[in-house]
Parts: sequence; structure tokens; C-alpha cells
Amino acid sequence: MTNGKNEVLQVADLTKTYQCGQRSLTVLEGVGFALATGDTCSIVGPSGSGKTTLLGLCAGLDAPSSGNVTLCGHPFGSLSEDERAAVRNEHVGFVFQSFRLIPTLTAIENVMVPAELRGRNNARPEAAALLADVGLGDRMDHFPAQLSGGEQQRVALARAFINRPDILFADEPTGNLDSETGEHVVDLLFRLNREAGTTLVLVTHDLDLAAMTDRIIRLHGGKVVSDTRTATALAAMEG
Amino acid sequence: MDRWIWRFAARDTRGNRGRLLLFVSSMVLGVAALVSINSFGDNLKAAIDQEARTLLGADLSLESGSPFNERVEAIIDSLGGTQSRRTSFASMAFFPRTGSSRLVTVRGNQEGFPFYGAVETDPPEAATSYLESGGALIDGTLMQQYDIVIGDSMRIGGMDYRVEGRLLQTPRESAAVMLFSPRVYVPLARLDTTLLAAGSRADYEVYFRFEDERDADAAIEPLQSELRGYRVGTDTVEEERENWNAALTNLYRFLGLVGFTALLLGSLGVASSISVYVRQRIQTIAVLRCYGASVRSTVWVYVFQAAGMGLFGAFLGSGLGVLIQTLIPQVLADFLPVDVDFRVSWPAVFMGSGIGLGVTLLFALLPLLSLRDVSPLMALRSGVETGPRRKGWAWWATVGVIGLGTTGFAVAQAPSVGMGLGYAGAILIVFLLLAGTARLLMAVLSRRPPVGVSYTIKQGIANLHRPNNQTLTMMLALGLGTFLVTTMLVSEDTLVSQITVAGDTNRPNLIFYDIQPAQVEPVRQVVMEQGLPILEQTLIVTMRIHAVGDRTVQELREDSTARATWAHRREYRSTFRDHLTDSETLVSGIFTPAWSGEGAIPVSVEQDVANELAVDIGDSIVFDIQGILVPTVVGSIRTVDWRRMQTNFFVVFPAGSLDAAPAMHVIMTRTDTEAQSAQVQSAVVRQLPSVSAIDLSLILNTFEAIFSRIAFVARFMALFSVLTGMIVLAGAVLISRFQRIEESVLLKTLGASRKTVLRIMSVEYLVLGFAASLTGILLALAAGWSISIFVFDAPLSVPFASVGIIMASVVVLTLVIGHLNSRGVYDRSALDVLRSEV
Ligand SMILES: Nc1ncnc2c1ncn2[C@@H]1O[C@H](COP(=O)(O)OP(=O)(O)O)[C@@H](O)[C@H]1O
Ligand SMILES: [Mg+2]
Repeated sequence: MTNGKNEVLQVADLTKTYQCGQRSLTVLEGVGFALATGDTCSIVGPSGSGKTTLLGLCAGLDAPSSGNVTLCGHPFGSLSEDERAAVRNEHVGFVFQSFRLIPTLTAIENVMVPAELRGRNNARPEAAALLADVGLGDRMDHFPAQLSGGEQQRVALARAFINRPDILFADEPTGNLDSETGEHVVDLLFRLNREAGTTLVLVTHDLDLAAMTDRIIRLHGGKVVSDTRTATALAAMEG
Repeated sequence: MDRWIWRFAARDTRGNRGRLLLFVSSMVLGVAALVSINSFGDNLKAAIDQEARTLLGADLSLESGSPFNERVEAIIDSLGGTQSRRTSFASMAFFPRTGSSRLVTVRGNQEGFPFYGAVETDPPEAATSYLESGGALIDGTLMQQYDIVIGDSMRIGGMDYRVEGRLLQTPRESAAVMLFSPRVYVPLARLDTTLLAAGSRADYEVYFRFEDERDADAAIEPLQSELRGYRVGTDTVEEERENWNAALTNLYRFLGLVGFTALLLGSLGVASSISVYVRQRIQTIAVLRCYGASVRSTVWVYVFQAAGMGLFGAFLGSGLGVLIQTLIPQVLADFLPVDVDFRVSWPAVFMGSGIGLGVTLLFALLPLLSLRDVSPLMALRSGVETGPRRKGWAWWATVGVIGLGTTGFAVAQAPSVGMGLGYAGAILIVFLLLAGTARLLMAVLSRRPPVGVSYTIKQGIANLHRPNNQTLTMMLALGLGTFLVTTMLVSEDTLVSQITVAGDTNRPNLIFYDIQPAQVEPVRQVVMEQGLPILEQTLIVTMRIHAVGDRTVQELREDSTARATWAHRREYRSTFRDHLTDSETLVSGIFTPAWSGEGAIPVSVEQDVANELAVDIGDSIVFDIQGILVPTVVGSIRTVDWRRMQTNFFVVFPAGSLDAAPAMHVIMTRTDTEAQSAQVQSAVVRQLPSVSAIDLSLILNTFEAIFSRIAFVARFMALFSVLTGMIVLAGAVLISRFQRIEESVLLKTLGASRKTVLRIMSVEYLVLGFAASLTGILLALAAGWSISIFVFDAPLSVPFASVGIIMASVVVLTLVIGHLNSRGVYDRSALDVLRSEV
């Protein structure tokens, strides 16, 4: 559906307000940006600044109080919950801070879930190849409880790519991992992303990690305080 | 997409199958109860249909309370076929070897009957040989009780018989009937006809077998009304079959209703375990939603799982039900007229499993509907709780379907619509009150405990209202079981105590009746010679109602718009005297002690009879006293305490009004021991064989024996609910096992000893056991009280000791089940907890 340098994600004037009893709490205010195919972008900011909220809105997991999100040409504002789900199935991959593998499924079955949800019943070879790619070729029939945190997150990576998504949302993918394991996962994430040409939205508070993307959006108190190109991006442009 | 749903549903049960099976096991017993009782009912119907002719033992029978008149004899002649006659009456049988005597039902039989089926005896050949040799067959139980052996001699009236065999099974008589009045078979030709004096009751029957295969119903139909006019009853195979079917259908349907309670309770268990189960799957659902699963399909995943569980439970329950079905005939044997073969009734299996599956699905839907509220955001934030539970139209619709379905099924299953509605209402009230008590308990317990309460108690109580607690489920499971058992106990006690009022000292307990006027003095003499008091002496005049107001009973019976009730048709045994007894209370009018001899006789009528006859003070009733019409007027209406075991009467005439009527006398005395009772009975029977005696303590014992069997059958069915309650309880404890392990690990880390952890759990189960059993018992007392008022019409009697034992047992049982299922909780290490994913 998307082609060339089309915009994959458009976020316009996004505001999210939570109602807590009498008081209303504005978590995001007037956030706007756009990403094109293959772009990589970090959202950084202190805890509670609204990063996860923004990610959830971008992926259509929640509805904004005002503003619009358009994902791969689909304006979420005019879609029902199930229609948004269908858009996600077609275009989106996820990596969560706490892995979120389904405990009752084996590694390979977890990887196949997005494909099966799409109605594909022949995804096993592909899933096996992806698992082998993340170095878990011999752990395919293990259950999540039998895998370490790093291994679980690698399974989650394989799951995120099985549907060849146009955009990948990763919320603190290394947040629950020690630094060494985290680095390994990050390397994998960027390699797979590069190979597939996927747009990446990475939420993190780790500035070193953020520096690996083309662009950094800083949030503070729900507002964008800066939106900058990184050295990586500049180097890439120069190169 | 659809394929994905069931594939995922199947995969997702992995690692949880044991748990899911446990959830569903709580409905297995309910299904088993339904399948077994209904399958048995179907087999019973089949057996009755198949052996319908042996129920009557003939194609047709005529029966009358007096010898057939000429016209009836002519009809009998014209009917033709092979005939066999029988005359039955109650009389004293005396056994010279042991010196004992007992009131029995004597049946004088002729060759031929039963034409279908057989009289089973020991030895078998005695079934027919006694007719030729002039001997007797005696009810097996009676022989055992009175230590009578084959070859003994027996005297009835002036006739002596040799006991040739014991009666094991006879047509038309179930063991329960035999207990009340044991049967003695002798040849008709050898009856002492002097015992059939005017005024005493006898049954005259003639049985037909038609070799020409004619339709007995059609043959007798045109003669019906004429025969009825002569008070001759008829019975055909078809009628007999319908009567038995109606009676037994009522019995097994009632039992089915009791079994259904187990299913309802089990379904609640299923609902509560599923609600915990799906709460643990929220993250999974959120991830699925992130990756594009629709709301509907995620709900379907778990509906499929519930359906799978339901199917499995239905399958298991049906299997168990079929097995249990083989036990029922043994439990009910005494009440059955035919042998019931074992056969699997597929309609019953399908109905039982269908209902089991349907009920499981409906109850599972209640928690499953809340899955619609799971937001994919929960994959990003684990802290987010499902917002306030949405009880939208779908939830209420499900509750409505459950309510309507339960009521509908109860009405369809119950012997009557009223009973079905009453059952549904009672179940609803009990569930609501138990649930309300659980809520109240949690509200009270969640208040800050007073200072000084020990930590173990505080923590134990806190466990009852922690998040995801199973308090409500456990309360229902324990409370309903306690309620059922206690209600039965209280009802039994009320019923039994009502009868044992007769056991009071100074009340008569031995009654001599069928005493001719000339025999009164000799009987008094014998009784007093034995050193026993004459406590009461009454006259009985037998009569029927000829007319009420200006309409005769005959007219009423023929008029389809009028209602001729039992009170119009029955035979009245009335007395005349100049006072009311202490068991009688005047409600209206004036009791006339003596009759002047002019105008209609003012009589006193019992209230229920007056209601049935629709008469009030001043209305006229014409009695037919052995052919003579006696006009009377209702002078007073009175209530009678029927529980007083003495001669009570529906109609009391004033003194001097019935002097000329043929009367029988009744004399009552009191004996203190069985031996005394046997001795005075023998003495009277030896001298005056036509006088009959009833030993009330014997009747009481018999009644208790029969009642205890009925109670056993009811308990048998209630047992399903009690067992289901225990399974639900065990399930509820197991569900919270993981939570407990976490808590126990935390406590251990903080330095709590094993003892402390165990004590905390004990406090929790003790409070729960006490609250649930107390609520159950209070509800049962309320139910028992309404049963005592509306069904038994007697004051409630509570066996406090037994109720106390029930309460203690429930508490102990709760403790034991709780501790057994939490076994090893303390031994789990912190690492285990970190590793296991729920
Ligand atoms: N459902 C909610 N109701 C109320 N406040 C919320 C809700 N979800 C998030 N918040 C608040 O929004 C703010 C931003 O949260 P979040 O997006 O998780 O921040 P971050 O991911 O940057 O740490 C926080 O202050 C949080 O408390
Ligand atoms: Mg966050």
C-alpha cells in the first residue's frame, strides 16, 4: 500500500486528557510529527512525560481527546476499534518492555500469532526462519517460561517482523533487560529493521539508544520540547 | 479468522487443562444427577409399559366395599372371560406357637389370579399349592418380625391355617404398602365369613382375563356409570398403567429437581473459576488486540474454551449418570411395582448433557462478556486495571436467559407448575441471601479491625476481602449445602415429632375396634383383667353423604360443571356424644350436646370438610346410614387436632340422635411394653376373633421405617449438591493458590514461621465456615418454618444437637478442604513464584 517516500505516520495536534474524578489531567498536548517509510525515530523524556501514551495513540490502541493520527493512509479518528485492529494487523509490529509473549504458546507459535490473525496458515517456515535469524533456531518449541528475558525479547522481535510491518512500535525494549543482553537485542532490532526497511518508533529514556535513530523527539510534561536530527542521521546523510 | 479462533483456543488451554477440568468437574455431578434420574425414569416408564398387565394381574377388575348385588353379578356374568374372585379385609391373625397376634390384611384368593405376572413365594411352588391344601402365605417381613416359620399354624377368626410359604412379591402391592399392613393369602373358600359382619370393612373384587383379546376399556366404558351408581369401581390395565406412571413420574421428577440444584451450584462454580481464569488472561488478550484481533474474536476464543469444558463435563457427567442409574432401582426398590431393567436412555443422556453444556456456557458468558472491555493498551501498561465492569445489556440479557431457563426447566421438570415456580423462587432467594450475606461479611470485615487484634486474625480476615477473593463462591458452595441438609433434617424432625405426640404418657396407644355392641363388655373385661385402663370408649357409625343442600351427590357427580370432592364421596365414620374432646375446638356455631328428637339433627362438621362441601352453619346435609336417609343441619364447625392419636371424627352427632343406627364400638387402652401389648391382643383375639386391634407404636415404627427410606432417597439426591459444593469449594481454594503462594513467600521473606502462615489460613477458613454454615442454617430454619406451616400444618421442631453437628462438620470440612488444597504453599520458594507465569 505504501510506496516510495510516502508518509507512514502522521500525527497532528494530538491531545490526551484523563479524567480523574473532578480533575482533568492533560497528559499530552499539541503533539505533532510525521514519519516516512524507513524513518527511525526515538521518543525520549522523563518518566511520566507521556511517551507510552503517545505510542499507544500512534498505534491506535487508544483514542485521543483531540487531534488526528493517520497510519499508512488510514485516519484512525474515523475508524472503529475493530477497524483500527485490522489496520494494526496489516501494518504494525510491536515490541513491549515486558516482552508480552503468550505464556501458553511455544516460541514459534508466538511468532506465528500475527500471521495467523491475518488468516495465513502457512507461516511456520517463515516463523522458523525468523527465529533462526534471532538465534533461537533450537528453542522453537520452548514455552516463554523456559526462556530467559533476553531470549523472550528476541522471540518478541521475530513476532514483530513476521507480518512485514510498515511500522514498528517499541516501548522501552531494553527496559527489563541487563545492559549486555539489552545491547544484543538492540543490535538485532536495528538489523531486522534495516533489512526490512521498516519505519521505527522507539520509546526510551536511554539516550545512547536514542542516538542510534535518525530523529529524537523530546517530551516533557506532555509537550514536545525538541525534535532533532541525530548525528547518526547527519552521518547517514553525509554518507 | 474463524480457524484461528478455535486453533488458538485449543493451544491456549495448554498448561491449564488440569485447571480447566477442575473447574468443569463442579458441574459433572449435576449432569450426572439429571442424566441418572431421567434415564431411570425412562426405563421405569418402559418397564411399566411392558409389564402393564402384570401391574393389574388381569385385563379388568371390578371392586366394591360390599358384596356385589344381583344386577352387578349379572353384569359380571355377561362380561364372561375367565374370572377369579378375591375378598380382602383387615383382621387379627393369631399365631399359637409364639402366642403373638397382629393386624393383617387377609386376602381370600381363588385359582387363576394373577392371570399375568406371578405371586413370588418361597418356596416357589407354594404360590399355587396353598389354594388346594387350604394353607396360607404370609408377608415375608411379617414372618421375620414375628418369628414365624413355615409349618406354623395361624388362626384368623375361627379358621386355622398352616403357613406354607412366605410372600415375596405380589401384583399391585409394593413393599412399602406391605410394611403398613402385612398381607396374608388364604383360599377364598376357607375364609371365616363371620368376620365379614355388617359394618366392618371388606373389599370384594373380581378379576377378568379375556382370551378374545377384547379391549377392556371399551368393554367397560358403557357400564361405568351404572356400576358407579352401585359403588363398584373398575380398573383396567390402561388405568393402572396411567396411575403408576403419574405417581412415579412425580417421584422421579421431584428427585430430578433436587439434582438440578447441584447443576446450578456447579455452574456458579464454573462461572467463578472462569472469571478468575480470564482475569489471568488479560495480558494475552491485550497482545492479541495489539496484533489485530477483533473484540468479538477474542471473546469467542474463550467461549470456545468454555464450550470445550462444558462438552467434556457433559460427557463425563453423562457417563457417571449412567453408572449411578444402576444404583437408583436399589434405592427405590420398595416403591416400585415392577423390576426396572438397566438400559441407557439416550434422550435422557442428550437432555442432561445438553442442559449441562447450555448452563455452563451461559454462566461462563457472564465473566466472558467483560473481556470486551480489555483494552490493547494493557499490553503497554500492566498496571491498568479493567475499568469499572460494564454490565451492559448483554450481561443482563444473559442473566435473564439464565433466570428464564432455570424457571422454565424447573417448571418442566417439577411434578406441578406451582412446585416448579416455588423451586425457582426458593433457589433465587437462597442464592440472593447467601450472596448478600457474603457481601455484608466482606463489608464488615474490610473495616479497620479494633486495636489489639492479633496479626494472624487481621491477616486471615483480610484474606477474605482481598482482590480476586473467592469469598462469594465459597459462601454459596458451603451455604447451599448446609441449607439443603439442614432443611431436610428440620422437615424430617417436624414430621416425626408430629407423629410421636402419640407417644405421650397417658395417651392411648392400643385400640380395639370392630367391636359389636354385645362384645363391648367382654372386651372391657379382658382388658381390665390384664390390669390395663379403659382410656376411651367410642361408638362409630358408618355413613355416606346422600345430598348437600338440595343437590344429591349423584347429581353432582353427573354434572360436569359441579365439583364432587373427596368429601362428597368418602365414607364417614361418625360418632355421637354430648361434649367436645380436648382435641376439638369450636370455630363457629353452637355445639348441641343432645338431640330433642325433632327436625333435622344439628351436627358438628370439621372445618376442612365444611370447606370442601362448601357448607356453613344452617346448611343441610342428608346422610345415608346403611340405606336410611337421615337429614341433618350444620350446627357448628370445629377444628380437630389430628395429631392426637385418638379417635377423631369429621362429623359429630349429638347424643341420642343415632341410638338406633348400627354402631361399632372402639375401646382404647395404654400398654407400657411390647410384651404387654402382645399379651392383651392375644387374649382378646382368642376370645373374640372378630375384634381388631391396632398398636399405635407399631404404626409409628412402620411409619418411621417408610419415612426414613423416603428421606434416604431425598438425601441421596441432595448428596449431589453437597458434593458439588465441596468440589466448588476445593476449586475456589485452588484458584487462589497462586495468590496464596505469593503471599506466603512474602510473609516468609518477612520472617513469618510456617505456623503463622497456617494460622492465618485457619482464621480465614474458620470465619468462612462459620459465616456460611450459620447463614445456611438460618435460611434452612426459615424454610423449615414455612414448610411446617404450609405443608405439615404443625409447629416447627428443630433437632438442635444435629444442627450443631452439621455446623461443626461444615466448619471442620472447610478447614480440611482449605488446608488440603493449600498443601505445600509454604514450601514454595520465592524463585518458584518469580518463574511461574500465571
Ligand atoms: N489511564 C490513565 N488515567 C490517568 N492517568 C494516566 C493514565 N495513563 C497514564 N496516565 C498518566 O499519564 C502520564 C503519562 O504516562 P506515560 O505515558 O506512561 O508516561 P511515560 O511512558 O513517559 O512514563 C502519567 O502521569 C500517568 O500517570
Ligand atoms: Mg512508559
